[in-house]
Amino acid sequence: MAFLVAHFTQIVFYVLALLAVLGGIGVVTFKNPVHSALSLLGTFLMVAGLFVLRHAEFLAAVQVLVYAGGIMVLFLFVIMLVNVKKLQPEAVFLSAQAPMAVLAGVLVGALVAFGLLAGKLAAAGGVPAALQTVDGKVLGNTEAVGWLLYRQYLVPFEVVSVVLLVAMVGAIVFGLKSASLDRGEGRAER
Amino acid sequence: MDQPLIQFIVIPLVKIVVILAVLLLIVAYLTFAERKILAYMQVRLGPNRVGPKGWLQPIADAFKLLVKEDLVPAKAEKFVFMLAPGLIIIPALLVWSVIPFAPDTTLFGLLKQPIPPYLTDINIGLLFLLGVSGVGVYGVILGGWSSNNKFSLMGGLRSAAQMVSYEVPMGFAVVSVILMAGSLSLVRIVQAQQEAHLWFFVPGILALAIYFCCGVAETNRNPFDLPEAESELVAGFHTEYSGMKFALFFLAEYANMLVIGSVVALLFFGGWLRPFPSWGWLGFLDIIPPFFWFAGKVAVVIFIYMWFRGTFPRYRFDQLMHIGWKWLLPLSLANVVIVALGVLLLKG
Amino acid sequence: MSLSDFIPFVPEIFLAAAGLGILLAGITLGKKGVRTLIGSGVAALIVTAVLVWVFGRPQGGPQVILGGMLVLDNLAVFFKLIMIAASIIALIMSAGFLERSPYGGGEYTSLVLFATVGMMVMASGANLASLYVGLELMALSVYILVGYFKLEVKSNEAAVKYFVLGALSSGILVYGISLVYGTLGTLDLRGIHQALAGMAKLNWAAGLGIVLVGFGMLFKVAIVPFHVWTPDAYEGAPTPVTAFISVGPKAAAFAMFLRIFLGAFEPNIAAWRTVMWVAAAATMIFANTAALTQNNVKRMLAYSSIAHAGYALMGIVAGTAMGLWSVMLYMLIYTFMNLGAFGFVILLESRGYAGETIQDYAGLAKRHPAAAAGMLVFMLGLAGIPPTAGFMGKLYVFAAAVQAGYVGLTVIAVVMSAVSLFYYFRIVVQMYLHDGEEDEPAELIRDRWVEAMIFVCVAATLFIGVYPGPMVGWARAGISALGLG
Repeated sequence: MAFLVAHFTQIVFYVLALLAVLGGIGVVTFKNPVHSALSLLGTFLMVAGLFVLRHAEFLAAVQVLVYAGGIMVLFLFVIMLVNVKKLQPEAVFLSAQAPMAVLAGVLVGALVAFGLLAGKLAAAGGVPAALQTVDGKVLGNTEAVGWLLYRQYLVPFEVVSVVLLVAMVGAIVFGLKSASLDRGEGRAER
Repeated sequence: MDQPLIQFIVIPLVKIVVILAVLLLIVAYLTFAERKILAYMQVRLGPNRVGPKGWLQPIADAFKLLVKEDLVPAKAEKFVFMLAPGLIIIPALLVWSVIPFAPDTTLFGLLKQPIPPYLTDINIGLLFLLGVSGVGVYGVILGGWSSNNKFSLMGGLRSAAQMVSYEVPMGFAVVSVILMAGSLSLVRIVQAQQEAHLWFFVPGILALAIYFCCGVAETNRNPFDLPEAESELVAGFHTEYSGMKFALFFLAEYANMLVIGSVVALLFFGGWLRPFPSWGWLGFLDIIPPFFWFAGKVAVVIFIYMWFRGTFPRYRFDQLMHIGWKWLLPLSLANVVIVALGVLLLKG
Repeated sequence: MSLSDFIPFVPEIFLAAAGLGILLAGITLGKKGVRTLIGSGVAALIVTAVLVWVFGRPQGGPQVILGGMLVLDNLAVFFKLIMIAASIIALIMSAGFLERSPYGGGEYTSLVLFATVGMMVMASGANLASLYVGLELMALSVYILVGYFKLEVKSNEAAVKYFVLGALSSGILVYGISLVYGTLGTLDLRGIHQALAGMAKLNWAAGLGIVLVGFGMLFKVAIVPFHVWTPDAYEGAPTPVTAFISVGPKAAAFAMFLRIFLGAFEPNIAAWRTVMWVAAAATMIFANTAALTQNNVKRMLAYSSIAHAGYALMGIVAGTAMGLWSVMLYMLIYTFMNLGAFGFVILLESRGYAGETIQDYAGLAKRHPAAAAGMLVFMLGLAGIPPTAGFMGKLYVFAAAVQAGYVGLTVIAVVMSAVSLFYYFRIVVQMYLHDGEEDEPAELIRDRWVEAMIFVCVAATLFIGVYPGPMVGWARAGISALGLG
């Protein structure tokens, strides 16, 4: 009991991290795309838990709201619309490229693992309060995120809004059926 | 027992048990209330056989659902089919952990110092509420998909599109309240209304209308009940469910209605506050405990829900999308801009 | 932060607003309004250029604005004006092309404007966050432009390849940025510079971050071995879009490259320089060799643009002040030469289709001597023969490399420039020494706007080649930005 109390945060962290990783593995190993999507949902929720553990409550809530509540629903929606029951084995593993891909993956993984193990990550890591503070003022996580987003990072924030607009325009450009295009007028030109 | 054990384990556990028990009882009687109200609206009697005037009907229903045979279609996706009711009921109950239905209380002098009767007040309460209730859509989608029934699938798809579409204006409607209160904590939002001597429905009347429309759509209720439209889709996403699993879907629907009602009461009508909390001569109203003010406000919202069901026809799917994206979304955005400007000018 | 802080950001805000307006106008004008829409796009770009000149110039030394997200310096102004010029020329070249196609002009024009906004943010970003979102804005707009002719299978294929590989490279880039941020605790370019300079020994995680950021950037400027998307994307995209993406985004990516590597990562130049050396050498050797065998002019120009990125990379390998301004100058010159060359590809039509093979140029000198002469200028320029600007560009880059002690790399570059003569001159030979063999030779479409733009490019190529002084001086003013002066 004393051990549990003393190491509560670590225990929760490892449980959440383990589940998140298992979920990630599930995403790529499940044959049924709906199961993969559910697995990803689990990972998102576990990651939200990790955010809470780091006192980033706002990020956790947004993670659940946007990723779990929005994006994954649309994933499932598309999966159901196209009705993929089971992926074919050859579609899962492009057989000819598999050894190369595994080799490249292992190499990159080893490189990254080595870099991370040999190097030290310095930033705000040890101080949870850093996620609630801006310029020495303690505000709480939501306020801190808002403060940074609408002051210091205003330019990237606004540019991102244009990025999203462009993405929307693109989706409409590619998706919209246009009468003149359907009639195939002027198709000869390039 | 030592103090932390009581504080962190015993008291919360007691609260959880009490809240869940009361909630489930209320939900059970909501079904009864709905049947009765609809019956009166349609000039018939409604359930009146079990118990005096039918008052034991919900108990009988619950017992029936518990003992009914639990059918699983042979070609259903078993695991997901089992999972779906859980996915819908867990979020529906989980959100009750942050809903403050009354201020700190000593339970009529039973306790030495006042404690909050609700489970917890977190600084992201409103976001938590939106996020968790957003997860509830999985139960509907997956239930519809795993049943291996075209009506179920249609219901699931419809609800996915519907809930994602209406979550967006709902979020924006809530944003205007957050702007006015300056906090995401539900307790703070109620206190802000007390301090402002103004319930937020006055400046937020548009936000209230948008929120309630979206709330009705999010709970798949009439006139937005397309996912379970019985005249088109048999019973939509829960066509293949029976017994206790069906009961869970049912429970979740009513629990979610209560959540929407509570949020309307908390965000726009001052939660547990009595009307005009700053007018001293209305002090005699304080004889009614805060919880009942809250409950009364929620009851009105729930009644409107049932009124809708009794009066409105169902929208077509294209109309639903049209309302969501072409009316509610631009309106809610405009509302955020107006409210933000107002807050900026008034609060400086 | 007050409202007046936004004044230097006015050009970008104006351009984005103009993009929104044109997007809306495009819906109401429909297919008939292509020329109006493109005309207003060009007008908006010209106004933006003026605004950059009026509001976007630094007063005194480099100024960090808007919470340290952007910096005003001569490098930014230089690159912004190059990009705006590239966008203007590419847009005007698109007008007739788009009008002859069944596709509308509103989205097209506004996407070009949005891409330009992204490029401008990339050129003046002083923080990895703003640089990255600028990059994404530019990249996303360009992916859509590449696939804009959505009924063409080739255009679709190009867009998908470009998008998938671009997204992958962005992922690598962001992962690298996250590692840099994780180890150094800042996204600010100056902050990173200070943190790295203060480090006795390079932290492994930071080193990995630098490597991954480097890979991402090499991807964006299409350096071997990260170039595989280029030929397909260039070939499949509508030709004016190819012209645009071969210059504007490339210049923007180089601006970002310079800022990150010669600005922020400069203290560790010894560590990443070798990688860049190998990449530059491999690019020049591979791209020039591969271009020899191409029969499609767009593919050939794609490999040629990869090779040119390799030459420009030499300036970054040099890592000196001269290396920096020679890259800037190179981008300026390359923009005009490449746009002009693509102008001819837009105009040449063979039996109702675009004339994209080298044989389509046969006998052009007899039928259109002026056009052939113009193409000759661009081919000479791209090959780096005096008196064109291409020669000047290469001269300064090579000189910077030699000055920094990279004689071996320069030898490779000179040899490969000689190799490049073969493929550029295949077109020249076709134009001057062959007759059009077929009964129906490829014809030039009459489009005076494209012709005017080609003329501008010819003039710029020759003028900078003969009299490079002012441009060199202007580029040199850019170096103060990164503290290399």
